Amino acid sequence: MKRIIQLTVNGELAEVAVDPNRTLLQVLREDLGLTGTKHGCGLGDCGACTVILDGQPVNSCLVLAVQANGSDVLTIEGLAENGKLHPLQQAFVEKGAIQCGFCSPGMILSAKALLDQNPKPTEKDIRMALSGNLCRCTGYQKIVEAVQAAANGEYMQGGDS
Amino acid sequence: MGEFNVISTRAPRLDAAAKATGKAKYADDFSMPGMLHGAILQSPIAHGKILNIDISRARRLPGVKAVMTAKEAGLVKYGVSPARYDETLYAYEKVRYVGDEVAAVAAVDLATALEALQLIKVDYEELPAVFDMFEAMKEGAPLIHDEFPGNLTAEVHQEFGDTEAAMAECDLIVDHTLLNKRQDAAFIEPHCCLANFDLDGKLTLQTSTQVPHYVMRTVAMVLRIPVGNVRVVKPYVGGGFGPKAEATPLEMSAALLARETGKPVKMNYSREQVFLHSRARHQFYAEMSLGVKKDGTMVAVRNKAVLDGGAYTSFGIATVYYSGSLLGGPYKLKAMKYDGMRAYTNKPACGAQRGHGGVIHRAAFEQLVDRTAQQLGLDPLEMRLKNIMATGDVTINELDMSSLGMKECLESVRDGSGWYKKKGKLPKGKGIGSACGFFVSGAGYPIYRSDTYHATVMVKLSEDGGIVNILSGSAEIGQGSDTMMAMIAAEALGVPLDCVRVVSGDTDLTVDLGAYSSRQTLMTGHAVKEAAEHARAQVVEVLADMMKCDPASITIREGKLLFDGGPGKFDEIRKTYMKEHRGWTDPPSGDYLTFKEAARMAYLAKGTIVGTGKYKPPKLGGSYKGAAVGTSPAYGCSAQVVEVTVDMETGEVTVDAMTDAHDCGRAINRTQVEGQMQGSLSMGLGECLFEEVKFDSRGRILNASLGEYKIPTALDMPNVNTIIVESNEPKGPFGAKEVGEGAIMPTIPAILNAIYDATGVRITELPVSPERLYMGMKAKKKEK
Repeated sequence: MKRIIQLTVNGELAEVAVDPNRTLLQVLREDLGLTGTKHGCGLGDCGACTVILDGQPVNSCLVLAVQANGSDVLTIEGLAENGKLHPLQQAFVEKGAIQCGFCSPGMILSAKALLDQNPKPTEKDIRMALSGNLCRCTGYQKIVEAVQAAANGEYMQGGDS
Repeated sequence: MGEFNVISTRAPRLDAAAKATGKAKYADDFSMPGMLHGAILQSPIAHGKILNIDISRARRLPGVKAVMTAKEAGLVKYGVSPARYDETLYAYEKVRYVGDEVAAVAAVDLATALEALQLIKVDYEELPAVFDMFEAMKEGAPLIHDEFPGNLTAEVHQEFGDTEAAMAECDLIVDHTLLNKRQDAAFIEPHCCLANFDLDGKLTLQTSTQVPHYVMRTVAMVLRIPVGNVRVVKPYVGGGFGPKAEATPLEMSAALLARETGKPVKMNYSREQVFLHSRARHQFYAEMSLGVKKDGTMVAVRNKAVLDGGAYTSFGIATVYYSGSLLGGPYKLKAMKYDGMRAYTNKPACGAQRGHGGVIHRAAFEQLVDRTAQQLGLDPLEMRLKNIMATGDVTINELDMSSLGMKECLESVRDGSGWYKKKGKLPKGKGIGSACGFFVSGAGYPIYRSDTYHATVMVKLSEDGGIVNILSGSAEIGQGSDTMMAMIAAEALGVPLDCVRVVSGDTDLTVDLGAYSSRQTLMTGHAVKEAAEHARAQVVEVLADMMKCDPASITIREGKLLFDGGPGKFDEIRKTYMKEHRGWTDPPSGDYLTFKEAARMAYLAKGTIVGTGKYKPPKLGGSYKGAAVGTSPAYGCSAQVVEVTVDMETGEVTVDAMTDAHDCGRAINRTQVEGQMQGSLSMGLGECLFEEVKFDSRGRILNASLGEYKIPTALDMPNVNTIIVESNEPKGPFGAKEVGEGAIMPTIPAILNAIYDATGVRITELPVSPERLYMGMKAKKKEK
C-alpha cells in the first residue's frame, strides 16, 4: 500500500507515492532522478549515500522514505547555487580531493554538515566528521586539505559549475 | 617559463567539477525505457554436484521475462588467460564455491527477479570441499577441476644464475616467511551494467569496468556474437584496483538476458556479491632466503610461493609469475631461484589487485633485508642503498631498468623522515622502518596472444578550430587517465588545456587494453602524443603553405602560432576566418594567429582534421618460459619510511608518519601523482593492519560488508610526506611512467619493519591485528 509523502528537496517541494519499505536513497535516485547520491553498500557502512536531512548528515540508505515525510533534504545537486560551485566543491576540485568520485557527493555533504556546525574545525575534527565516509582512492589526505581550505575561506561561492 | 606549459602542473582533473556536483554518471545512474532488471542465483554450498535444476516455477511467476541456466546459455569456456579458460557462465555438473553462478533471471523489477530466484529449485549432492591451499595440494584432497590433478592451477619453476653455487659463496644466509590473508579491493562502487541490443543485433553494454576491450572480446566469445557487433561503453567508474579488470558473469548475464528478451537489462552486484565475485588479492605464502656477503652485498635469493587461488584461475597464472619475477629488482643479484604454485580451493576466485602478485613477496623480501642488516650490524636503509640498481641496469631475469630513480627515492625518504635521528634512537613502543619496491609501467604483452596495438587514439579538431577532441577506448576509473591524455595532447599541440575534451571508454572509438598493470600513462600516453603531433603536423602543413614558409619555422605555444618566433603577417588568414565566423560569438583576437584560426584553415583545405596515434611495446624479455610476465617498457619505483607507535599493553598499532618517494619518470599532473601515492599507501596500510576476508568452516564469507571488512578511514591514515622523483624515462611520453601500483610495494614491509623496531617482534602473518601482535610480544617475553 503506497503512501504519499512530501519532502523539500534542495529547496523544492516534492510529493512522492512510496511503498513503506522504500528508502530515501531510492526515492532520491529513482523517483526524483537525483543520481548524484550514490549507492555503495545499502547497509550504512560506506557513507556514499550521505545527504543532509534537517541539518544532519544521514545515510539515506538507512532512512525509510516515510520517515523523511515533511523533512528538508539537501543533496549534492542542491549545493551549487546559480550554477556556481559551493566553496567546498571548489576546494575538492582544486585540491585534488576527487579521484573516482563515487564517495565525493557524500564526503562533501558530510564536510558541509561539519562546517555548518563548526566553521573552524581542527584536522582531527575533520577526520572525525568524515570517518563515516569511506574512500578507497585518495588516502583522505587531499580531502582533509580541501575541507581545511574551504574552512579557511580560501574559496568563495562563485566557481563555475 | 619552464620546459612545459601544461604537463608538470597541478591542473584540476577534467572530471572534477562533474564529480563534485553529482553530475558525473556512473553505470547505476542510467536506465532505459522498458528496461528489465536481472538477478543471479548463486550456489549456497562450496562444492557439490548439480543433480537437477527446475526453473518452471520461476518462469511462471508474473513479471518474469527470462530464466537462463547453463542449458540455455551454453558451455563456452572463458577466463582471463586463454591458457586457462576454466569457467562457464553458469555452473554445469557442479558448483565450486559459495557464490558460483547457477542461473539468471530477468523480470520487470528487481523485487520480482529476486523472488523468481527463490523459485528456482536446484538439487545438489554436496561434495567434500577444501578451503586451505596446503590441504588442497595434498594427496586425496577433493578434486575441484577434473582436468587439474592435485588442484594445481599453475606452477612456475625458474632459476637465473646458479643459485646453489652463489649461496655457497655467501657469508650469511637468512630466511623469512610471510603469510597474508585474502583481501577485497573494496572499491566504493559495486559492479553494475546495462545491456541492450539494437535491431541489427548489435549489443551495447554500459558497464563499470577497467577493461572495455577485454569485456568486449569475452562477451562476444561467450555469447557467440561477432566481436564487431559488441560495443562496450564505460561510464565513470567508482574505483577498480584490479578486480574490475576482467569480464564478469554480471555483464555476460545482462547481455544474454537482453538478447533473450529483446529488452534492455540492468544488473547490479550487491555489496555482498562484490565480495563473492572477488577476483581480488590472493592469499600468498612466501618463503625465502637471502644470501649475502659480510659487507652486506646481496648475492642470491631463493623464493617459494604458494597461492590460494579460489575456485577458478582468473588472472592467477600471471599472479604466480609476478611473485617471482618482481623480485628481480631493484637490488643487484647474482642468482635467483623461484618456485611458485597456485592451488584451487572451494572459495571465490582471486585475481589481480593493485601491485598484482608482487606485493606480499615484496613485503617478505624487504623484511628479509632488515633481518639480514640486523645480523650484519648494518643500517637497513644503508644496506638497501648499497645494493640498489640504477638507470641502465638489467635485472637477472632480464627486466630493463631504462630509468630508475631508486637511489634518489631512498635518499629522499631517508632525509625527508629524519631517518638517522630516529633509527635505533626511539623509545620502546615507537619504531621506524623502511622499504623499497618497483613495478611495471604496463604489461609488455596483451593477455591474449596478438600483435594488436595496446593503444590507439584519435585527436579530432573541431571544424571551427576551437576544440581538440580526444577519442579513445582507454579507461578512466578514477586514476586520472582522461586528464593525463588531455594534458599530453595540449602539450604536444601547444594549446591550453581548457580547449581539450576527452571522450573515452568506448570500444567503438579505438583499441585500448584498459586500466590494468599501470599501463595507461605510458602506453595510451604515447598514442595520444603521437595523435596530437599528427594533427599538429596537418595544421602546420596548411599554414606553411598559406604563409609560404618552412613548416619547421612554425611553433605553437599556448594556443598561438609563431612564425620564426614572431607573429608573422597573418592578416589575410584572420580576414578569411572572420568571414567564415560570421554570426558566432567567439571571434579570434590578439597580436598572434590563434590555433583556432589555423585549425579552421586546415579544415578548409583538407576536411576534418584527425590525427591518429598508436602504441605497442617493442619485443621485450628473455626467451625462458614465463619471460613475458614482468616485462614492461619501463619500471616505476618507490621507497618509504614509516613510523609507528605500538601500544605495548594491547598490541594496537598506530601509523604516525609516512614518508614516500616515487619515481614516476615525469609527473604529467603532480596533484594526481601524489593522489595515487597517497591512495596506494592507504590500501597498503589497510592490508597490513586490518584487512582479511574471513570464511566459516563451510566456505561462506563471514564479513562480506564494508562494516565488517575494515578498510582505512580518515582516522587511520596519517598525512604522507609525498615526494615525487622524476628520472625522465626515455621510453615514456614526455618521460612519464607509472605511479598507480608501484607506490603500494614498500608500504606493508615498511610498516612491518617499523613494528619490529618498536617491539622486537618479527611479523610472519598478516594482518597485524592487536591480538596477533600481543601474542607475538608475549611469546617474545617468554623467550627471555
